[in-house]
Amino acid sequence: MLTLTAKKSPRASTRAHGRPAPELIFGDLWEFDPAPETADPKLKARYELFIDGKFVAPAAGIYFDSINPANEKKLAEIAQADAGDVDLAYRAAQKSYDTVWGKMSGRDRAKYLYRIARLLQDRAREFAVAETLDGGKPIKESRDFDVPMAAAHFFYHAGWADKLDYVAPGRRVAPLGVVGQVIPWNFPLLMLAWKLAPALAMGNCVVIKPAETTSITALKLAEIFQDAGLPAGVVNMVTGFGDTGAAVMAHPIAAKVAFTGSTEVGKIIMRSLAGTDKKMTMELGGKAANIVFDDAPIDQAVEGIVNGIFFNQGHVCCAGSRLLVQESVAAEVLAKLKNRIKVLRVGDPIDKNTDIGAINSKEQLATIKRLVASGVKEGATLFQPACKLPAKGYYFPPTVFSNVTMSHRIAREEIFGPVLSVLTFRTVDEAVEKANNTAYGLSAGVWTDKGSRVLKMSTELKAGVIWANTYNKFDPTSPFGGYKESGFGREGGRQGLFDYCKLV
Amino acid sequence: MSRLPITKTPKVYVGGAFIRSESARTFPLLDSAGNFFANIPQCSRKDLRNAVEAAAKAGPGWAKRTPYNRGQIIYRLAEMLEARKSDLTDALLVGGATPSRGKAAALREITATIDRLIHYAGWADKYEQVLGNVNPVAAPYFNFTVTEPMGIIGLLAPEQAPLLALVSLIAPAITSGNTVVALASTAQPYPAIVLGEMLATSDLPGGVVNLLTGFRKEMVPTFATHAHLRAIAGVANAEERKQLKLGAADSVKRVKLHHAEDPIDWYSDKAEGLYEIRDHLEFKTTWHPIGA
Repeated sequence: MLTLTAKKSPRASTRAHGRPAPELIFGDLWEFDPAPETADPKLKARYELFIDGKFVAPAAGIYFDSINPANEKKLAEIAQADAGDVDLAYRAAQKSYDTVWGKMSGRDRAKYLYRIARLLQDRAREFAVAETLDGGKPIKESRDFDVPMAAAHFFYHAGWADKLDYVAPGRRVAPLGVVGQVIPWNFPLLMLAWKLAPALAMGNCVVIKPAETTSITALKLAEIFQDAGLPAGVVNMVTGFGDTGAAVMAHPIAAKVAFTGSTEVGKIIMRSLAGTDKKMTMELGGKAANIVFDDAPIDQAVEGIVNGIFFNQGHVCCAGSRLLVQESVAAEVLAKLKNRIKVLRVGDPIDKNTDIGAINSKEQLATIKRLVASGVKEGATLFQPACKLPAKGYYFPPTVFSNVTMSHRIAREEIFGPVLSVLTFRTVDEAVEKANNTAYGLSAGVWTDKGSRVLKMSTELKAGVIWANTYNKFDPTSPFGGYKESGFGREGGRQGLFDYCKLV
Repeated sequence: MSRLPITKTPKVYVGGAFIRSESARTFPLLDSAGNFFANIPQCSRKDLRNAVEAAAKAGPGWAKRTPYNRGQIIYRLAEMLEARKSDLTDALLVGGATPSRGKAAALREITATIDRLIHYAGWADKYEQVLGNVNPVAAPYFNFTVTEPMGIIGLLAPEQAPLLALVSLIAPAITSGNTVVALASTAQPYPAIVLGEMLATSDLPGGVVNLLTGFRKEMVPTFATHAHLRAIAGVANAEERKQLKLGAADSVKRVKLHHAEDPIDWYSDKAEGLYEIRDHLEFKTTWHPIGA
């Protein structure tokens, strides 16, 4: 395998001093000291359901454990809602919609949402630690991305609440009523904010179910709702497993359901609601192509590839899990990528130096292992850097498969882990063809120095979000959502708000 | 001595050609007096699949036309209808289902149809300016959201207003560059046959609009499950809606259906406009760093 210092690339020869920069890879030369984030996550031993503004025990009195995937220790126990609890939640939401929230002026709804944003910012570090303990993501991500972005979503949508006449020019809009929402475990608090903020700004009330492995920050946010004085019943949270989620989706009061999760479950929900007139938004899986052309700034592209697939352990629906690299630079990109991966730190998510944290659950780890085994079996070439994984907890090393073909399972199925499949192409048309040859269409990345090619690719790629010379960027003002089997509807921006209203 | 007229063989307009059903089946259409008028193609599921293929071929080219060009072509289609109002009047009066319908009512439907096309012709180069936007993200990126057509849209026309409703469903879909496969009213299929002739003489490329005649019971299941149809729209009864949504789940199709049980006022201003176009659009957001 060629190394960078050995290769005399045209790029290097254009350097001012005519020789390539020395490469600094320290390996194990120096050990990192542990640098754990020490803020108190203020966890309770037991979390109840949040219905009608109060924390209430589930009728059946059943609780399940939420564990820290980094060390498999129990963090808290969580109430398990059954269909009866879900029904209570819906009734509370309907009552609130009919008597309070649905009648409130947009100006006042805005003020509540602003309060929530500010109170969340006040407690940001506490929430970040709780998120990392509960879900396994690196503290640097929960601290610098998940929590601030969740607050930003409430702040952004707050300002819409009294400006709804601008959502649908030429028509007036009205809220739908009560909305049922089910969210995934990869961005527990952020997905909660993505779902709640636009729904509430528009004047809807909500029944929401967090994922079973990551309920804690949702219920912590419910504490903030109480502190903010949010009227009872506006948001109701029911925790539990798939059957709780099914009850949330199927409840007759729900005028709309919004789901983020796998395409497989999305289809099940669509089938189960086929006989109803419920509105739906589906944010489902992805198998995004991250496309690197030969004129791309390679070092930046490598950073983008790493961010694209290893952000949040690859538990990202829009992860750049298929790297399409132009043949003429494939060797260079792959070599640099491998060097870069060697210095990624995999380990305790609460450590501030950790790049790749814990896999969210035992089940997900098994899924990743199964698909990686299929990659090896089908003939792709596996690369994993040597890294010491903690003895306890669920971890998987960053993994790169080269010599992948389009027919391999690892090129077609969503792995939802830190596993990258590398394919090559020669022409622009081939890149487009390969990128679009998938049932998914959530996102794509393009790396090139040529502006016209960025716009051409952006036009040709069948995906809802295109990152050009960047990857995995999000913002409350920026609509997010998929084409094809990646779902329908958008979250964020004016388009996201539109999906929570009806035209009158 | 009266001349014996030449009767026309009704054929459906698919892929820019006039065809009989591949199944070689027809069903008889009676005139308002109850006499035999003509045999209408009873299209099959295979015809639907062929039509989807034609729509797929035409799609990329149509979507790449400039909005200005699409607007002019739809306007040209309205010109064709205006010039052949009397043909359309006759077509609307054929069909036993509405014997009481008079000439004036037919003319009203035709003029409303023409005006609807003019309405959408004007939207072709404007909807993007209203629906898309630049997003002020909190980082140094230029971020913009544009719309794109979904692809091939399956349309189910209602039994009523066989011309106006059909065109009200087709026009917003093709304005943005989608292609369509539409099933015409079973009771009154003849206006769709004549509409096909006007589509052929407009500048609309073949395959952009594909019209089928036949029986809903036979066709709806394939509309539901055909994975290349990216969206289903139109009018359906409760049973059909369930069937269509069940089928749609397999390929995560977008479904937007009016209830056949509720009266729809196709003449209303609310039956046309920006949000009918929006129903068949995807939103695409692109990020690019701002910097040297």
